[in-house]
Amino acid sequence: MSGRAAGIDDSLQAQATPVPGLWPGFWATLRRDLLLAFRHRGEMANPILFFLMVITMVPLGISPEKAVLAMLAPGMLWVVALLATLLSLDGLFRSDFEDGTLEQLLIAPQPLYFQVLAKVLVHWLTSGLPLTLMAPLLGVMLSLPEGGYGVLVLSLLLGTASLSLIGSIGAALTVALRKGGLLLSLIILPLYVPVLIFGASAVTSVVEGFPASGQLAILGAFLATSIVLAPLAAAGALRISVNG
Amino acid sequence: MGWQWFHRLGSPRWFYEKSSAWIPWLAVLSIALLLWGSVWGLAFAPTDFKQGNSYRIIYIHVPAAFLSLAGYYVMAISGAIGLIWKMKLADMVMKSAAVIGAVLTFVSLVTGAVWGKPTWGTWWVWDARITSMLVLFFLYLGVIALQEAYQQQDTANKASAILALVGMVNIPIIYKSVDWWYTLHQPATIKFTSESTIHPSMLYPLLVMVIAFYLFYALALLLRTRSEILYRERKTRWVQELAEAGKGSH
Repeated sequence: MSGRAAGIDDSLQAQATPVPGLWPGFWATLRRDLLLAFRHRGEMANPILFFLMVITMVPLGISPEKAVLAMLAPGMLWVVALLATLLSLDGLFRSDFEDGTLEQLLIAPQPLYFQVLAKVLVHWLTSGLPLTLMAPLLGVMLSLPEGGYGVLVLSLLLGTASLSLIGSIGAALTVALRKGGLLLSLIILPLYVPVLIFGASAVTSVVEGFPASGQLAILGAFLATSIVLAPLAAAGALRISVNG
Repeated sequence: MGWQWFHRLGSPRWFYEKSSAWIPWLAVLSIALLLWGSVWGLAFAPTDFKQGNSYRIIYIHVPAAFLSLAGYYVMAISGAIGLIWKMKLADMVMKSAAVIGAVLTFVSLVTGAVWGKPTWGTWWVWDARITSMLVLFFLYLGVIALQEAYQQQDTANKASAILALVGMVNIPIIYKSVDWWYTLHQPATIKFTSESTIHPSMLYPLLVMVIAFYLFYALALLLRTRSEILYRERKTRWVQELAEAGKGSH
């Protein structure tokens, strides 16, 4: 109970001093989450290792034949990058939920939308971006034809950001569940269908000698839409998960 | 005054008592139309000159496919009503609509496969419409799984309503994407018979079946919602009195 009294004192003080605005709140969350991610560097490597290992399974399971691999490469790289993002999503809000930070974010004066956006941005910086940078190397291992690499990186850059944003809705919905991981995949995978279709198709069409600008533009449109809408849905879902 | 019915809907008991009177009407109408439409379609409609009798499965397949999509919107909109107006009844409708919609989607997938075997020579083809249906089925399963995962009913309602709404925003995008994907990979040997050229003698029984399926959907939704009302209100006095009265009469 003494903690509550101290809290009242704090809130009185907070009224006296001006509340930090929207962007300071955004940057504070961003910096905190980046710092946390950096302190757990080992965990950051996990999605990349998963990506590498599953890609290694492809020649073992199907065929080491160059022509076969080259045909499969764009789709395989995209599917596995998608799975790696999905697996890393479970932790997006979990530790904050467990130690109560999430409740603090919910009652913070800054809009929850921007707090979620900051957390998703950190998630993308620590999973989607490394996956994207890793992809060309794995492309070489799957003998992806030359000329496909630029578009592979570009499509993954745009696409994984959408994947992180859409996935944050699922992470927010399942954060209060003890075994949320598999459920998260079940509810989010169908929503990933459009991103996967256009992402993989961008790489395929460039490999086949066609321009990929249309697909990349649509991936950009997906990203713009999900930046606007996904954090809203995730913020609503977080309120339900925490208060429910 | 005009909005009184809407506020009354907030009371599951009021709805339960009112809807008792609708059930016989809905049941008689939907079963009569189902019988009429299926006998007409399966026995009296002319045989297709290309597909023979196997085309007749459209009298089940097409109405089920219509309703599986419409059912998602019923589910998502009642979820939204539950979220916005905190209406208990809407949450119950949403839960019932999820299960019925998933079953109808499954029916349309299975009937599609049964039709595909004699027509295309294979049970499964990665056709645009089939693939979209499969994704829709997954979306339904996601909502049901989320609904089941929560211990607390209230949280389950709200969480699955949000997921249903997110799905509703995504359905047009998914359908368009899958359509576009299919035009890229379209195999030349397989073609749908285009539905706009269907002969009236085949179309009219189909229309009867579509109406019958809509009525049947309403009936199924009503029955399921009523049992959900009884289950969730089982601790209230009126349900217990109802149960006592039921025991007495038998």
